[in-house]
Amino acid sequence: MQGQQTTVDPSEIAKFEAMAAEWWDPKGKFKPLHMLNPCRLDYITSQIAGEFDRDLSGDSPFAGLRILDIGCGGGLLCEPMARLGATVVGADAAERNIPVAQVHAEQSGLTVDYRHTTAEAMAEAGEQFDVVLNMEVVEHVADPLAYLTACRQLLKPGGLHICSTINRNPKSFAMAIVGAEYVMRWLPKGTHEWSKFITPDELFELLTQAGMNPVDRKGFVFNPVTWAWRLSSRDLSVNYVTTSLKPA
Amino acid sequence: MDNPARTIILPGMKQDCDILIVGGGLNGPSMALALADCGFRVTIVDALAATLREDAAFDGRSYALALTSQRLLQAIGVWDAVTDTAQPMLEIKVTDGRAGEGPAPFWMHFDHAEIEEGPMGFMVEDRHLRRALMDKMRAEPNITQINTATVVAQDITPQGVQVTLDTGTVLNARLLIGADGRRSGTAERAGIKRTGWDYGQTALVCAIEHEQPHNGIAHQFFMPPGPLAILPLKGNRCSIVWSERTDMAAEINALDDAGYLEILKPRFGDFLGDIKLSGKRWTYPLNLTIANSFASDRLALIGDAAHGVHPIAGQGLNAGLKDVAALAEVLVLAARRGEDIGSELVLERYQEWRRFDTTALAIATDAFNKLFSNDNPILRLGRDIGMGVVNAVPGLRRGFIREAAGLTGDVPRLMTGRSL
Repeated sequence: MQGQQTTVDPSEIAKFEAMAAEWWDPKGKFKPLHMLNPCRLDYITSQIAGEFDRDLSGDSPFAGLRILDIGCGGGLLCEPMARLGATVVGADAAERNIPVAQVHAEQSGLTVDYRHTTAEAMAEAGEQFDVVLNMEVVEHVADPLAYLTACRQLLKPGGLHICSTINRNPKSFAMAIVGAEYVMRWLPKGTHEWSKFITPDELFELLTQAGMNPVDRKGFVFNPVTWAWRLSSRDLSVNYVTTSLKPA
Repeated sequence: MDNPARTIILPGMKQDCDILIVGGGLNGPSMALALADCGFRVTIVDALAATLREDAAFDGRSYALALTSQRLLQAIGVWDAVTDTAQPMLEIKVTDGRAGEGPAPFWMHFDHAEIEEGPMGFMVEDRHLRRALMDKMRAEPNITQINTATVVAQDITPQGVQVTLDTGTVLNARLLIGADGRRSGTAERAGIKRTGWDYGQTALVCAIEHEQPHNGIAHQFFMPPGPLAILPLKGNRCSIVWSERTDMAAEINALDDAGYLEILKPRFGDFLGDIKLSGKRWTYPLNLTIANSFASDRLALIGDAAHGVHPIAGQGLNAGLKDVAALAEVLVLAARRGEDIGSELVLERYQEWRRFDTTALAIATDAFNKLFSNDNPILRLGRDIGMGVVNAVPGLRRGFIREAAGLTGDVPRLMTGRSL
C-alpha cells in the first residue's frame, strides 16, 4: 500500500485483518453478517434486476454485468454475484482478506477477481463497472465524500451504486455499539466509531455532491423474536441501504 | 490449505445435477417436482423398479391429506390426476367410546362450513397418488430417475456431495436430500443419530366396503386400547386405522378375514350398515423417531427420514409435504440470491423452520395419545368434559378445524396456493 493515495483509515484496516480468517464460518465471528446477508442480497439482487431488466428466476441472470464489491472481505457478496453470472471484482484494503476470499471462491468453483486495492486506485486506473457495491464500508473511511466520488468515477454512465451504512442517533448507538459490540459480542469492541455514522439525509446529500442521483433507501431491521433481518421502507433508524444512479 | 490438490481438482469437477434425492416414495417425488418446477436439475434414486411403485392395485392404504397438502400437490401439478379419486372430508366427528358401548354423551363435531377455505382435507389412495407422481416426474425434463439402485457411499466435498451407487455409478450434486424413510441410510451415513421411543402399540390398517353412504364424514373413536379412525374413501368405502397393544394386534392380524371382521365390527358399530374387507390388511408398529438434526453441510432430510411421527392424527404425510414445501422455498430463495444451496448457512434455515413444528407435533401427538388411550375414569371424565367444551365454543372449534386442515403455524408459500 506504500505510496498509494487511500481514504481507508489505517487503524481500521488492522481491526478487520484480525477478523479475516473467520469470514466463512456461519457460526463463527461473522455470524451477524451471515444473518444479515440474505436481507442484503434480497435488496441488491432486486435493485440490479430492476435496473438492468433481469429475471432472477432464470439461468445466470446477471450475465454480462461487471460488478465491483468494495470492502469485499471474505467474499460474502462477491460469490453470490458470481453465481448469478456476473463478472465480479472484489476489492479490499485489508491484504489478508484477499487470499482467504480467493481460496474460498476456488473451493466453490467460482471465478472472482480479488484485488488488494482501493476505490481511489481503481478509479485512477480507469476501471468501469455496471454496479458498485459499497456495503458497510462508508462508516469506516476517513473522507466519505472523496470516497463516494471515486465510486462514481468507477461507474459506467447509467450505472448503479448501492451503499449501506449505520444511522447516527441514540438508538443506533444503543443497538450497533452497546448492543452489537458489548452485549451480544457480535463484533469486537471498537469496530465502529459512532461519530462516523451517517444519517440517511446526510448520505443522500454526500451522494448528490459526489455526482450521483440517489433513488431509493430502505432499512435493515433486526427482529429479536424471529432472530432474522428484514427490509423496511419506514424504519431506517439503525442499519440502512441506499441506491443511486450515475447520470447517463 | 492442508490439501492443495483439492483446490486443483474441484474447480473442474462437473456436477451431474443440482440436487440428488434418495427415496422414491411420496415425499421424494413431490420434492423432485417442486424443485424441477423452479429450474433445478434433479436426480432421484430409488431401490425399487418404477413399475413396482406405480402399477399397484388397491392395497388398502390411503392418506388423509390436509387442505395445505392438497394445495401443494396442486402447485406441483399432480392434483388434477388424483382429484377424481379423492374423497373430500367435509366433517370430522370425534367421540369417546368403549368397544361394544355407544359413544359417550360428549363429543366434538368439526364442520368445514365453519372455515372459509373449503373441505378440511381429502382422502387419497396410495396407488393413485403414487401413479400421479410417477407420471408427472416422467414428463418433467429437469428430472432424471435412477431406479433399482441403492446408495453405498456419500462423501461431502467443499462444492457438493459425491454419491456412489451399488451399480458403480458415481454422481456429483450440490445438495443431497434424504427422503428414504424412518430408517434413513442417508442420515445414518452422515452420522446423524435419531431419538425415539416405541409406544408398545401397533396400528391395524385396512379398507372396508359398507352399505350406507358415509357423506364425507370422518370419525374418530377414542377407545381404551387406542383410537379408531374411520376415513371416507370414494364410493361406499372407508379406510380404517385402529391401534391395539402390539401383542393383541399381532393376534388379531393373524386371524383370517372373517375372524378379523369379528373383532372390528363391535368397535366400528353398525351406523354404515354391514361391512366387509376391501384390499389388503396392514400393520404399523407405532413408534416415534426423530433425526437429531434435519440438515448438515450438503444434506437435508425430509419426511420420515427427518421425523417418523405416531400416525394417530394422519399427520405423517402432511408433515412430510410441509418439509417439501418449506425446503423448496428455502432453496429457491437462496438460489435467486446467488447463495450456495448446499451450504449449512442455507440449510440451517430449513432446519429452524421445520424442527420447531415437528417437535411440537410429536409432543402433542404423544400427549394426545396418552390422554385418549386410557380407561382411567378420571381422565375419561376430564376428556369428555374437554370435548364438550371444545364443541360448545365456536372459536375453539374453528381453531381445531384450522389445525386439522394445516392452516396454522408458519405455512410455506406452496401450501397457500401461491407459487415460488
